Amino acid sequence: MTPHALTAPQFDVSRATTASRAGAVVGLLLLVCLATFPFWADAGWMREFNEMACYLIFAMMWNLLAGYGGMVSIGQQAYLGLGGYALLAMGNFLGVNPFVAVPIAAVLTMLVALPVSQIAFRLQGGYFAIGTWVIAEVFRLSVANVSAVGGGSGTSFTALRGIDKATRQSVTFWLCLAGAAASVALVYWFLRSRQGLALLAIRDSEIASESQGVNVRATKLGVYLVAAFGAGLAGALYFLGNLRISPDAAFTVNWSAFSIFIVLIGGIGTIEGPIIGVILFYLLNKFFSDYGTWYLVGLGLLAIVVTIKFPRGLWGWLSHRFDLHFFPVQRRLVLREPDKEISHD
Amino acid sequence: MLGWIDTIVQGVLLGGLYAMFAMGQSLIFGVMRLTNTAHGDFIILAAFGAFSLALAVGLPPAAAPWLALGLMLPIAFAAGYGLQRVVLNRTLGRDPLPSLVVTFGLAIVIQNLLQEIYSADPRSIESGGLNTASVSLGGGLAVGTLPLLIFVIAVAMAIGMQLLFDRTPIGRAFRAVSDDKDAAELMGLDHRHVYALATGIAFLLVAVAGTLHGMKTTVSPADGPALLLYAFEAVIIGGMGSFYGTLAGGIILGVTQAIGFRFDPGWGIWFGHIVFLAMLVFRPSGLFPKTR
Repeated sequence: MTPHALTAPQFDVSRATTASRAGAVVGLLLLVCLATFPFWADAGWMREFNEMACYLIFAMMWNLLAGYGGMVSIGQQAYLGLGGYALLAMGNFLGVNPFVAVPIAAVLTMLVALPVSQIAFRLQGGYFAIGTWVIAEVFRLSVANVSAVGGGSGTSFTALRGIDKATRQSVTFWLCLAGAAASVALVYWFLRSRQGLALLAIRDSEIASESQGVNVRATKLGVYLVAAFGAGLAGALYFLGNLRISPDAAFTVNWSAFSIFIVLIGGIGTIEGPIIGVILFYLLNKFFSDYGTWYLVGLGLLAIVVTIKFPRGLWGWLSHRFDLHFFPVQRRLVLREPDKEISHD
Repeated sequence: MLGWIDTIVQGVLLGGLYAMFAMGQSLIFGVMRLTNTAHGDFIILAAFGAFSLALAVGLPPAAAPWLALGLMLPIAFAAGYGLQRVVLNRTLGRDPLPSLVVTFGLAIVIQNLLQEIYSADPRSIESGGLNTASVSLGGGLAVGTLPLLIFVIAVAMAIGMQLLFDRTPIGRAFRAVSDDKDAAELMGLDHRHVYALATGIAFLLVAVAGTLHGMKTTVSPADGPALLLYAFEAVIIGGMGSFYGTLAGGIILGVTQAIGFRFDPGWGIWFGHIVFLAMLVFRPSGLFPKTR
């Protein structure tokens, strides 16, 4: 045995926590249980689940963009609406099977985001936020002037006509479930990858990370494209379940408002945050949405109070308080001996 | 030919209104880099405030809106000062997120409160015929008296704000905290107070813009976001930090929209947005940039 003082300390890089291992098992079990829903659950429940799954996907992507990428957008509804309309165009005009068209719609949306990003990236900070909103308005006004898709009043998904109701409901549900699980997995994987590490470095200091060889522009572009893909997926799934689409529903800024609310309440810059946020949002919606305008006034006030008083959100507070990480993206150094742990987040 | 001249003239006048919407936004951004996403909703709030005050003062409609505006000005200044001091100052920092979310939350609160109080029906401030009166320019051209008045006030606002910014002690304080907040602090300026003064003044401009907008046309509680986007586009087209630039930006946007509307009513607003985006691509710092 060599004395400790003479050798460099040996350590392992730990990327998992007890909670993350337990959480993965519970999460998978939950996913399997949910997958059996169409065999026994009420169609109304499935529809509610679908809707919340779409909110989750959209919020997850907004969180990636704003919480990790530092790009606060109020215009992601541009890609949500585009995903919906891409699905409509493929199904109604090209005869593509609507379920097959869902992932294609998401990819098409991402392709559109590539040139659009070159305009949006001209603006920074708060001006980026409003600039993206203008872009979303351009999409809305453009689509509203296309009579082939029903103009301002929208149109129905006639491509779904030949599919019987039970099949349509089950497949839509499974797609929403798979989409939600995949979006969580995608963001988790992205943040644990090299690019994810680069992204976290950029969030902490753009200049310092650039001097360390991080390609800031390429990384931000990557995040923007992934977020557009996710928003397109959410839009395709949402309007697949809705059977109807209109420019005002597809490109409304409410999508951004609700996703900002979900992410902030749950905890921005965490993967658990949007999941908790969407559950809270569902419950609030369930119990208080009858109050109409007062309900929305409440949501607005809650967002203000949370931002000023509890900027970490519910999950941020919990994870800080109990050192709980179900989706650890950080790398922890664990000394081989003596067995001490240096947390590095 | 006359039709085209008419379109351009109407567009210029519309641009005056947009420039007026944008002045407050330009000031707030110039002083503290705060993007107020509730800006349009504050204009609509002012319009409804003037609407109710004008009914309450009980004067003939030719005088009531002006008295209402006069009564509203001190309230607006106090509201702006207080909002900045109590809420918005806490959201400023390197991260744009808190200020964006807080102002976005305010926007939703204002829209829904207005909807609750006034319902979704569009309303207009009675101005005793001013909104339908017109002035002949000769050669078969005529312009509305109120739009012309709005344009003149917008130009006066731009000149006044630029003079205030360049020539007065308070303008010097604005420029100082804008350039370097910490150095200004060392020179004895309380930046929280200076920021609050800027927002107070911005709210004076918002009160004027809202009242005139409500006299010129109808307003409804959900109109705010559209006004925010026009104001924002005018500021960016004109270049940040210059009030003359903002005036020019508003006029360019107004003329562009008017030309678009002439081609097809469905594409007017769209055309304005496209010119703004083209501006971003080809001249991202705007026409007359001053601050960065």
